[in-house]
Amino acid sequence: MPQNYIPIFLFIAVVGFLIPVTLVAAKLVRPENPHRTKLMPYECGIDPVGSSRGRYTIRFYIVAILFVVFDVETIFLFPWAVKFKALGVFGLVEMLIFLTILIVGYIWIWKKGALDWV
Amino acid sequence: MNGSLAMVPQATDYLRVLPEIVLSIFGMAIMFADPLLKERPPRTLGTLALLGSLLALAATWVQAQYPGFAFWNMVRVDAFSVFFHFLIVAVTAVVILTSFEYMEVEGIRAGEYYGLILLGAVGMSLMSSAVELVLIFLALEISSIATYILAGFRRRAAISSEASLKYFLLGSFATAFFLYGVALMFGATGSTSIQVIGAALSSFEVPALAYAGIALMFVGLAFKVAAAPFHIWTPDVYEGAPAPVVGFMSTAPKAAVFAVLLRLMFEAHAPGRIGLIWVVAALSMTLGNLGALVQNNVKRLLAYSSIAHAGYLLVAFAAVPDSGIPAAMFYAASYAAMNVGAFAVVSHFSNAGERYVKIEDYSGLSSSSPLLAAILTVFLLSLIGIPITGGFIAKFYVFSAALQSNLVGLVILGVLNSAVAAYYYLRVIVVMYMREPRGEVPVSAVPAGMGAAMAVSLAATIYLGVLPGRVLDYAGRAVAEWLH
Amino acid sequence: MAPVATPFFFYLLSLLTLGSAFLVITRRNPVHSALALILGLLAQAGLYLMLYAPFVAGVQIILYAGGIMVLFLFVIMLVNLERAQREEQFNKQWLVGILAACALGALFVFVFWKGSGLFPTSLEPMAEASNTQQVAELLYGPYMFAFEIASLLLLVAMIGAVVMAKKRI
Repeated sequence: MPQNYIPIFLFIAVVGFLIPVTLVAAKLVRPENPHRTKLMPYECGIDPVGSSRGRYTIRFYIVAILFVVFDVETIFLFPWAVKFKALGVFGLVEMLIFLTILIVGYIWIWKKGALDWV
Repeated sequence: MNGSLAMVPQATDYLRVLPEIVLSIFGMAIMFADPLLKERPPRTLGTLALLGSLLALAATWVQAQYPGFAFWNMVRVDAFSVFFHFLIVAVTAVVILTSFEYMEVEGIRAGEYYGLILLGAVGMSLMSSAVELVLIFLALEISSIATYILAGFRRRAAISSEASLKYFLLGSFATAFFLYGVALMFGATGSTSIQVIGAALSSFEVPALAYAGIALMFVGLAFKVAAAPFHIWTPDVYEGAPAPVVGFMSTAPKAAVFAVLLRLMFEAHAPGRIGLIWVVAALSMTLGNLGALVQNNVKRLLAYSSIAHAGYLLVAFAAVPDSGIPAAMFYAASYAAMNVGAFAVVSHFSNAGERYVKIEDYSGLSSSSPLLAAILTVFLLSLIGIPITGGFIAKFYVFSAALQSNLVGLVILGVLNSAVAAYYYLRVIVVMYMREPRGEVPVSAVPAGMGAAMAVSLAATIYLGVLPGRVLDYAGRAVAEWLH
Repeated sequence: MAPVATPFFFYLLSLLTLGSAFLVITRRNPVHSALALILGLLAQAGLYLMLYAPFVAGVQIILYAGGIMVLFLFVIMLVNLERAQREEQFNKQWLVGILAACALGALFVFVFWKGSGLFPTSLEPMAEASNTQQVAELLYGPYMFAFEIASLLLLVAMIGAVVMAKKRI
């Protein structure tokens, strides 16, 4: 493999190297006098109340899992698009059947109101 | 491949998967119609589902006229797969009939229920004709996901959600094992086609990797049929899931998985078959029956009985193929008939919220509803294996196939277990016939759909017990055609 | 083409995968576990690249590191984190678990040791650039039926998600 991906690995290496270096350099150069007041919200900020780790509503879950399902669908579209011409008309028909089955599900979800936010 | 990219299947290819096409079209039509028919009585969708399953039964007949391979060796239609198609689709139709009453009593108005049953049946019937591990995996997943959701359909009962979640978590774990096995098998033989794997494994030197592959696949499939030691989920899930759904998931998906196991064990020449099966069959029979002895809930009792029956059926897998496979096929059919029937009675009797599922609730059923008591008695006697019922013939052929293959130890264990099993089935019968009726348990009249479902399973149970010849002949011919 | 430093990259990526998998099960904070999981999935994508399967690597990143991790994070936010963090992390069966894991590991080592000669030593060289095209040729050719069935599987999964999570159906 590696030849083609050497640039990517180089990027990763550079990132891995650069971030600590800049952080350490900033630490060495900057003036350092911490103060409590500096950590507080300022100007129009509001003092935080409670934890930020509250529980989300279950509706997010439906959206997230539907996202994953349609994400998988996209994956199937990808190689099909690459070979679109060679697959010919029947390839198009195949993909239309595939999509029809999923669109039935989509219409069902829509009509059921699973995407409504109230 | 050979350069010709536009591969177009023949018309016969489609005819060979016609039952699946019919079932999925009806399943999708129900999903499509469900939100539109909000005001109509929910029975409309149930009737549509029933129609779909009956048409699929007809489609199975059409499919049987075109034996052969379809879609480039992905699907194989032969007498073996037609047998399981017929069994699964028939069970689906009967379960839909039993669900009408349940849905009304429980006030479940969701059309998804029927849609999921049909789509699940697509996966199950495809499992019996798929001869490609990738396709088998997809079909297995469709059937499993559909049953996970169906198990949670009593939405107001926490126990049902618990059943669904437990089944889902453990089931996905089991599926992962199966998939890992498929991957290792591909590594060992370089193919996922059962035929090619069979050719590779029947050679003199079996790759060591194939043993690990088969073992992992077996773990995944044994979980789905509730064979010990992968049975822990069964009682809890069967207790929580809606009664008609339990009747469905203890028969149709099990039959489908047994079909896959048969193909895997005998067509793919799985190495180390007998030792693996011996241990699992012995454990399933013993643990299932011992567990059933102490149950007070009828659904839990039938869950343990289902584990034990998976054990009896697996005995046939250790036998020689020519007598073992027909015995296993017959067992799957007769178990489906009697278990669907038993759960139809349990479902009718349980009433709203499944309130009456304890054994004591059945006291005096013979005087409050003699017909219902008699029907349940026939199913329970068949589960014990008393002559003139399907259960007797099924056990007889499994054990005689095992004896022909010199599996004396396993047969002795099986017969001993059958004797133990008689105790807990008879306990229910004794409670029904010997005890005074309990006034507070209402026994309502059996509606038409439920009555038809009970009649069909009763007829099938008795038919398989009195005239087993035709089915056995068919199974024997199917195996001869398949293996030789 | 002569591969460059293949063993080095293989061991690097494998160590990353194993290390992050270990972090996933030992971190107390589920968000940290999720982040470690992303690292592990990305390292796996690297392993797929080494097997000349850039398409699979791409799927791994889009689907697992992208889609499924989003789902994980949402689920983490659905549970009561503060309570989850105070709960005991491992149950009493850890001894049995370790024994079972060791037994499974021993089995795999045994299979590897006994069957090492049976593994294909090197795959036939495939044109890496046309990997996606090869997948397409198989998926929309001989495997087209499995492809259509996959859409049915997605449909059932979709129904399942909504039926399980929606309050009124």
